[in-house]
Amino acid sequence: MNILQKYFSRRYSSKADLYGEAIAMEKSRKSYLLTVTAFLLLLLGVAVFMSISFGSTRIALSDIVTALKEGDQTSTVYRTIQYVRIPRTLAAILAGAALSVAGVILQSVLNNSLAGPNIIGINSGAGLFAILAAVFFPMSFYLKTVAAFTGAIVTTLLVYLVAKKTGASRVTIILSGVAVGSFIGAMIDTIIILKPDAVVDRAAFLIGGFSAVTLDRLKFAGVLIVLTFIISLIRSYDMNVLALGDDSASSLGMNVGVFRFFYLVLAAVLVGSSISFTGILGFVGLIVPHTSRLLVGHDNRILLPVSALLGSIFTLSCDLLARVIFAPYELPVGIIMSFLGGPFFIWLLARGNRGQLYD
Amino acid sequence: MIELVNVSTGYNKTPVLNNINLSFEKGTVTSIIGKNGCGKTTLLKTAARILKPLAGTVSLDGRDISRFPGKELAKMLSFLPQTRSVPNITAYNLVMHGRYPYLGFSRTPREEDREIVRQAIESLNLEAYINRNVRQLSGGQSQKVYLAMLLAQNTDVVFLDEPTIYLDINHKLEILEIIKKLKEMGKTIVMVLHDLANALSYSDRICLLDQGEVVIHDSPEKVFESREIDRIFQVSSKQIRVEIEAGSGEQKQYLFCLKQ
Repeated sequence: MNILQKYFSRRYSSKADLYGEAIAMEKSRKSYLLTVTAFLLLLLGVAVFMSISFGSTRIALSDIVTALKEGDQTSTVYRTIQYVRIPRTLAAILAGAALSVAGVILQSVLNNSLAGPNIIGINSGAGLFAILAAVFFPMSFYLKTVAAFTGAIVTTLLVYLVAKKTGASRVTIILSGVAVGSFIGAMIDTIIILKPDAVVDRAAFLIGGFSAVTLDRLKFAGVLIVLTFIISLIRSYDMNVLALGDDSASSLGMNVGVFRFFYLVLAAVLVGSSISFTGILGFVGLIVPHTSRLLVGHDNRILLPVSALLGSIFTLSCDLLARVIFAPYELPVGIIMSFLGGPFFIWLLARGNRGQLYD
Repeated sequence: MIELVNVSTGYNKTPVLNNINLSFEKGTVTSIIGKNGCGKTTLLKTAARILKPLAGTVSLDGRDISRFPGKELAKMLSFLPQTRSVPNITAYNLVMHGRYPYLGFSRTPREEDREIVRQAIESLNLEAYINRNVRQLSGGQSQKVYLAMLLAQNTDVVFLDEPTIYLDINHKLEILEIIKKLKEMGKTIVMVLHDLANALSYSDRICLLDQGEVVIHDSPEKVFESREIDRIFQVSSKQIRVEIEAGSGEQKQYLFCLKQ
């Protein structure tokens, strides 16, 4: 019995069918989402296989299986897989997912579709602190991760505070991010010029690449990324509520200030952790969230995992290309990412889905 | 009952309203009116705890609202802002957001929540829109979806900031009728309205603000007779009784024109 019926009886009629239809549509949407997710998982599987199999030398699937089964330390195939390809693959998956999820979070909590981690200077901030850590404590890799994370959070808060002080309009956040980012970029350049040996492969660091990744270096950052991702999923519904605007969200009982701060910290952890082993990898954090929204819509509960998947696939594929195009030489993955991602993103923008894409 | 005692409120520590003492009775519709920028929205936001008062207290049934946890308060009072960022979601999901204060740790709606959302949607005849994106709805449709969200939030006190602004006459009247229904359900409604004629015809109480103070807070009749509206807005006003539709009975209507 409808308790509201008493008061709204004049226009109330039995429209259960319409409602049922709508619920059915909701169900068919769910099966669409499942299909998309299943397809992305399949794609990720293929990408993982190719990433392990292809490279300067080609390893067939049967050889991969035998090598992993036997675990023979003296075999070249095993060592290539274990110490080069698997760490690299994992690194690409983790970094792609982390930066994409960070992009989704930043765009949601700052209510700004331009807020990619590279655009608002978080990547540079993480990079600067990572380089400083490398200059002063070259031996500690854990410290580099912590430093990158600290850099990311400091930059995020700096950008946020500048924007808030000056009125927090959506344009201000981007402008202050660009300003902070270029200032930090200048600091990075200065350090690299004055202390060229601080960063072993500076091109790879500035553009982003996976050539120096080892499992050992990945462990700490990887655990941080996985944990942060899980935590961000727990409150993803609240991100949807925040999209109603601050006033509505707080009248629904959300502590908007605390929530936003908490999620900015999560984004900073994700960015910082991945920057510590990839270098300043940009772009993926901007285009993957938008592409995912076009695929599955704006519900953050679905958007976060789909962005993570798509980010992994995109980064893994770019890294694969980076390794094989000019083999045995390899390009930093960031170059391929921009070469592929740039035109793709422009194509997306031009497709006429502007309304959907922009917010 | 909502009570504001010695409330001063504003932005960045600069008060817009000073030393306000007001109470909104249970089960009544109150319209806050006043010139642009006189602090109507500020007052509404303060009463709804969106804005913290600089001084004084706001209480709900005798209890200071600043002491309630966010979600507890959200079960007692709801607020519909005038300007808002319209999310890119379906109308159904928007209405479901009204259940947010009632959701548990997992944020999964229970059967009860779904049922209340269904009732809210059906009450306002929104079944046809529930799978439509809120951004694709017209102003009137979207406003009704937001009201359905408030229905789902199911609070005793409802604050509305300009609920009829930018709407065509049909939707405007429809929204005002919905507000009447909310009142019949026993809810307390406090809203900001720019349309003086609507405010006077649809409210039980009018609260007229000017220069940071409450000029008069009384029944529409008394406020009209006080001629304070004429003074503050610099208009001449007239009350007429007309029968708009044959057999509908005479209605009070208010007319305004610029002072000569």
